[in-house]
Amino acid sequence: MAAPVKSRQDESVSAVQTLTIGKALNLGLRAAMEADDKVLILGEDVGKLGGVFRITDGLQKDFGEQRVLDTPLAESGIIGTAVGLAVRGFRPVCEIQFEGFIFPGFDQISSQLAKLHYRTQGRIKVPVVVRVPYGGGIGAVEHHSESPESLFAHIPGLKVVSCSNPADAYWMIQQAIASDDPVLFFEPKRLYHNGQLKSEVDTSTTPGPLFASRVLREGTDATLVAYGPSVKVCLDAAAAAQEEGRSLEVIDLRTLSPLDLGPVFESVRRTGRLISVSEASAESSISSEIAARVQQECFYSLEAPVLRVTGFDTPYPPSKLEEHFLPDLDRVLHAVDRSLGW
Amino acid sequence: MSSPEQWTHPEPGEGPAARAAQPSPEQVIAGLRATTEGGAELTQLLTPEGERVASPQFDRYVADIDGEALRGLYRDMVLVRRADREANAMQRQGQLGIWVPLLGQEAAQIGSGRALRKQDMAFPSYREHGVAYARGIDFRELMGIFRCTDHGNWDFKAHGFHPYTIVIGNQVLNATGYAMGQKFEGKVGDEDGEATIVYFGDGATSQGDVHEGFVWSAVYDAPLVFFCQNNQWAISEPTERQSRLPLYQRARGYGFPGIRVDGNDVLACLAVTRWALDECRHGNGPVLIEAFTYRMDAHTTTDDPTRYRLSDELEAWKLKDPIERVRAYLARNGHADQPYFDRIQAEADQFAADLREFTFNMPEPPPERVFANVYAEPSAALDAQREEYLAYLSGFATAGER
Ligand SMILES: Cc1ncc(C[n+]2csc(CCOP(=O)(O)OP(=O)(O)O)c2C)c(N)n1
Repeated sequence: MAAPVKSRQDESVSAVQTLTIGKALNLGLRAAMEADDKVLILGEDVGKLGGVFRITDGLQKDFGEQRVLDTPLAESGIIGTAVGLAVRGFRPVCEIQFEGFIFPGFDQISSQLAKLHYRTQGRIKVPVVVRVPYGGGIGAVEHHSESPESLFAHIPGLKVVSCSNPADAYWMIQQAIASDDPVLFFEPKRLYHNGQLKSEVDTSTTPGPLFASRVLREGTDATLVAYGPSVKVCLDAAAAAQEEGRSLEVIDLRTLSPLDLGPVFESVRRTGRLISVSEASAESSISSEIAARVQQECFYSLEAPVLRVTGFDTPYPPSKLEEHFLPDLDRVLHAVDRSLGW
Repeated sequence: MSSPEQWTHPEPGEGPAARAAQPSPEQVIAGLRATTEGGAELTQLLTPEGERVASPQFDRYVADIDGEALRGLYRDMVLVRRADREANAMQRQGQLGIWVPLLGQEAAQIGSGRALRKQDMAFPSYREHGVAYARGIDFRELMGIFRCTDHGNWDFKAHGFHPYTIVIGNQVLNATGYAMGQKFEGKVGDEDGEATIVYFGDGATSQGDVHEGFVWSAVYDAPLVFFCQNNQWAISEPTERQSRLPLYQRARGYGFPGIRVDGNDVLACLAVTRWALDECRHGNGPVLIEAFTYRMDAHTTTDDPTRYRLSDELEAWKLKDPIERVRAYLARNGHADQPYFDRIQAEADQFAADLREFTFNMPEPPPERVFANVYAEPSAALDAQREEYLAYLSGFATAGER
């Protein structure tokens, strides 16, 4: 990691603040820009408007138009120029407005961003962060609710992470920016401004490692593994299961590439059961990878096959139907029942 | 604006460095230079005051538009605007997931839409409700997209109106391919030839797909009219953030004609689009039209334009309202009187009321719709996934009521 992420210990503002994920990201970006004047933000509407989700609110006002760039409307252009800026020594943070619009930039991401370091035997570093609001549940029209993260996790040379709570949002975005590798940073858009998730963020602590998964709730009967928007669903499911006397462990993956499955293996060895939850379609997904690796590593500990609760293998449906598509608490508990009934 | 000849050899003091020394967009108020004036090359047949301007080049394309035909265009615009306002209100009342307003763009859409013939094909972006209406699509058929019950289900072949496209720029390449097909099938070359029109915004002109569409259509002489509605803003970004020169002038670099038309002048939009389609029909395409207009409402109902544009700008554009100038012309020339205007308004109110009632009563799609039509050929794996999910649903006591 090139630039260590600084804590804000010395500042007069209170180090503990109660934040939503959206506000935490905003403050995390601000902290990164204050810490390093090579950090730039590029994207559509990120300046005056503060982004369509207001995640970059106020940054252009305070850092100017040369550091927060309202770009022409072209994703390939945004990512392609960020690659060049990074080669020049900047640390660009790109905002893609919605995940469904990342594909014009896919070529730049897979052909250049992911491969330049490899191609030049490490002579060129491309510390670019691509921020991608993703996932469903906001009642949107087509292309605004998808979960394409597996496509990026499959590309060697890229790192892919997703946050699920305000403290992670605040720290992970700064760590991603400080990383010398390109990072695809998937943000659970439906949780951005979710008041229930508001929590205290201590901006003076030292964060744990970026590329590491984390046990969020301990349990003994079965393990739920999830990331991003599905983490809240799993925590809610675990709370509901407890009322029925079932003890579920919940692991937030946090990093999708590289996958940190150590805590998952450890958990499965204790509980004997794993349910992998995500909004992405099941086939050839992060969930598939988890299932394959867990059966390889934990074969003799498994009491039931690894189950997946995911979006279906269909395009994202019209949003009047998304309650069917998105894994919810009931579908998770149903899978728990199946696993325990094996 | 200077002509292309001038900008190939910039005089000292005209190059990028000199430009950098000019006031920043912040200082001149972002977008203002571009947003108020269309410049000398703006094709206009009806002034904002409702006076007819003669055009040696384009008058013949609207020679058939008498008082009655102009009343028809007026009615189209009033109905479409009224429905647009109703949908906007319905979104505010929680009945629609989102609405994409067309307020201010009625003339660009009705003028160009009415220029199309049955055999032509239109590729819209997502704001072309007026063009949809002109293509004979029942306005109510658009509502599924915005009430989020479908992604747009009209019969696109029957209407010659492709489904909406939300990914900026994609439809331009799709339209290019379609127009190449028309050409390959020998459907161009005379008065009855076919043509395609594709709609996109000023922001879209930055996308690679649009550039590639220009290149392809030029190379293959595709009968394609590029219809750019320059409504001055791409959400919060002014046209200046997409281009250094007027958009219509870009066509020259690709080797086909570009023209800027007053997008708030329905007569001029009709004439210029008829001309451009004619060029395509006869095999002289493609053509780029930049309709210089203004988005008089937010980008969508989730947008907040007070953050990036001045109310003065909106006030200036209200004076160029596309409907008011036709009304003034009709009244001044004795083609319509107050009872007529009142009648049209009443008809528009009924149109909106029908839209509202229809929208409120739209059925919820059934859960199996999630799995429908993913593939043209059946997929056993997906069938199994559907059956498993439906079985799971039927396990709920209340499943029947879902
Ligand atoms: C490829 C892509 N990137 C971003 C978006 C998000 N977005 C939707 S509309 C819009 C602005 C479009 O502006 P313009 O092309 O001028 O068309 P207008 O809406 O003004 O008619 C943006 C950035 C998108 N739909 N597609």
